[in-house]
Amino acid sequence: MTDSRPVLTMTGISKSFPGVRALHDVNFRLFPGEVHALMGENGAGKSTLIKVLTGVYDTDEGTITLDGEPVSFSGPMQATAAGVSTVFQEVNLCTNLSVAENIFIGREPRRLGAVHWGEVRRRARALLARLDLDLDVSAPLGSYSLAIQQMVAIARAIDIKARVLILDEPTSSLDAGEVAQLFRIMRQLRDEGIAILFVTHFLDQVYEIADRITVLRNGGLVGEYLTAELPQLSLVEKMIGKELDVLEGIEEHSRRDLAALEEGTPLVAVSNFGRGGAVEPFSLTIHAGEVVGLAGLLGSGRTEVARLLFGADRTDGGQVAVDGTASSLRTPAQAIDHGIGFCSENRRAEGIVADLSVRENMILAMQAARGWLRPVPRRRQDELVDKYVKALNIRPADPEVPVRNLSGGNQQKVLLARWLITEPRLLILDEPTRGIDIGAKTEIQKLVTQLSDGGMAVLFISAELEEVLRLSHKVAVMRDRQMVAQLANDDTLDADRIMQTIASGSHREEADR
Amino acid sequence: MTTGSLTAGRARFRLPRRQIPVLATLVLLLVMYGIGVSQYQAFSNVQVIFNVFIDNGFLLVVAIGMTFVILTGGIDLSVGSVVAMTAMVSAWLLQEGLPAALVLVIALLIGPTLGLLMGCAIHFFEIQPFIVTLAGMFFARGMCTFISGSSIPITDGFWTRMSQERIGDPRGNFVSISVLIAFVVVAVAAYVLAYTRLGRNVYAIGGNPQSALLMGLPVGRTRIAVYTISGLCSAIGGILLSFYTLSGAPLIAVGMELDVIAAVVIGGTVLTGGSGYVFGTVLGVLVLGVIQTLITFDGSLNSWWTKIVIGGLLFAFILLQRLIGIRYK
Repeated sequence: MTDSRPVLTMTGISKSFPGVRALHDVNFRLFPGEVHALMGENGAGKSTLIKVLTGVYDTDEGTITLDGEPVSFSGPMQATAAGVSTVFQEVNLCTNLSVAENIFIGREPRRLGAVHWGEVRRRARALLARLDLDLDVSAPLGSYSLAIQQMVAIARAIDIKARVLILDEPTSSLDAGEVAQLFRIMRQLRDEGIAILFVTHFLDQVYEIADRITVLRNGGLVGEYLTAELPQLSLVEKMIGKELDVLEGIEEHSRRDLAALEEGTPLVAVSNFGRGGAVEPFSLTIHAGEVVGLAGLLGSGRTEVARLLFGADRTDGGQVAVDGTASSLRTPAQAIDHGIGFCSENRRAEGIVADLSVRENMILAMQAARGWLRPVPRRRQDELVDKYVKALNIRPADPEVPVRNLSGGNQQKVLLARWLITEPRLLILDEPTRGIDIGAKTEIQKLVTQLSDGGMAVLFISAELEEVLRLSHKVAVMRDRQMVAQLANDDTLDADRIMQTIASGSHREEADR
Repeated sequence: MTTGSLTAGRARFRLPRRQIPVLATLVLLLVMYGIGVSQYQAFSNVQVIFNVFIDNGFLLVVAIGMTFVILTGGIDLSVGSVVAMTAMVSAWLLQEGLPAALVLVIALLIGPTLGLLMGCAIHFFEIQPFIVTLAGMFFARGMCTFISGSSIPITDGFWTRMSQERIGDPRGNFVSISVLIAFVVVAVAAYVLAYTRLGRNVYAIGGNPQSALLMGLPVGRTRIAVYTISGLCSAIGGILLSFYTLSGAPLIAVGMELDVIAAVVIGGTVLTGGSGYVFGTVLGVLVLGVIQTLITFDGSLNSWWTKIVIGGLLFAFILLQRLIGIRYK
């Protein structure tokens, strides 16, 4: 870190969207040769600040200076030309083009008007060598992993004599080794004097790499801190604006007597459910008031289990009993009839209807259950929506705002509310807390405990073992598309044991508890 | 260079996956040619191949334009009508007594102008290319009958010369001037796609339009350009067709757009865009031409068999593309 003048300053930035005040009087500075983390919950305004900076949005108020000169970019391209490059969370490159071309397209070296392919490849190799990457620059980008693609995106960004590099959640789809690789490159670029703005949800990563932290909350600036002077706990408190004891409460709560719950007829009992190519046959019972955690790596078949239980995919065979009576779960409609609700992990594509309002989104499932010929009276709608907006602390608390304008965490809550309104007996939550901030996460976890106390059964799918452990009475472990174990969540169960089960895949040794 | 774990992520598939469809088409073409040669003695005559080019030169030119459009992930349904309109306008203006050079210039301007307008509609109003070019198709076809309800013969000296000129070797094999023009178009198109920014932007947009935009590529300009190029190719195709038939007819080239799309897809260009080659399109047109020739040689088969075979091939190739897509995605 240097004590020189900031390369970039943003002063008094404000930005509003219809119904949402996204940023209010925010200041931000970035020094050359530092990694500066921008932290905040979902909806705190991080993305908006970056979009304002790179010219995707205009500012309502405030000024941006680059090297002391006031600037106003018309879009990412102009920002890039001025030395402010952005690498987004999703890799925004063309997988059908070669690695070299992805780095240089739009500014290829040319000879007599023709693209000089030899030069393109030579320079791409040189640039990647600077980042310590050894790739076949002629191979299509799509043949490399997402992590490599991310680094090619960085190579593209820094080639343009970048002085400011913005990394918007670059690590969200990378594994630990890949993150380390990325950090090595970030450190190297920092040492070369590039100012890096880093946005992430992972606190550990911030403490590993960032020199300075700026915290936003609800569109406002909380403060700018040196990482070394800000303990992790204070950071979280500054982000969510309240003390962290809520999590502790939940921990106590969940470790209840499984045996008591498992008396009586199971709510849903499936045996030998499975689907060729998706998930091996499994058996699972869920009792009223029970939270069943589903743990496993990404792609281990967790979502496939959920989809089978909801009838979104058909099982190849097996039996299912609901309330002890033989039944079938072959379509989502049947599942809904049995009182099963399913919150998809893919909330953009399979859940939220972005252009409809919060109210309309919440009412959807209830309306579908009633049939379209019996509209839900508007007053009843308002009552219900009002109740859940309050109960789930959805912000902004205006039910008529299009869901599109809400942050990810709040969209997730709307989706939850949609199913809660139908008063399901079994709620399947697929990664309900992924990509949302700690505050909203805590609220959702709290809600799951409350629901189960109220007698609702929950199938809780999450990649975060701590979360699964905290909430579940019983944990089913998936590995390579097989349900390899079902473990009672007693005092002996911890993340390590689940991890070992995932890793070793001890076949059904511990199954059936 | 320290590479560490990174080489683990190295490209595993060394097969040239983007070339697979083109290679498949090449194999198919060779097999069909082999069948022809083994069944019919006269098939091995070089002139058979030349005739395929002579009969399909205009189709090839139009298919080159379509290749640009499909590479961006778009579609141009207006090409057949634009071909007919160009031929019609040429015949009509020549009949009116305009000099051939002027007629050529006018005829070559109509197609690109319509293409430009359609491209603008697609880009600025964000309308589906399918609908916009469908409108263009009806418009151009309507203009044909507006000019004349019946066929107009061409008697102009330049046109007849272009129609009858034979460029050949001493053994009597020959091609028409149209074929040479088509080859020039192919060569120019191949160069543009491989070596110019316009060409590379076409691939980028076909690969991922959102990314192309974020990479700062001129997406709008490129999109408009490809429809203009397609319009120009249709105009050239229309002129070649009028050389070939020495007339302009309102109902000529009906449904040609579908043959053209079939040729491009069989040539290995992926309908969703981003992958394909001009060379593939040449092969695709040849496949269509050779099927036709085979059926003509047989003599006993109804000419509709051409369509049936093309239908089957088209399905097979789309399936192939899909399978490759699934395996490598």
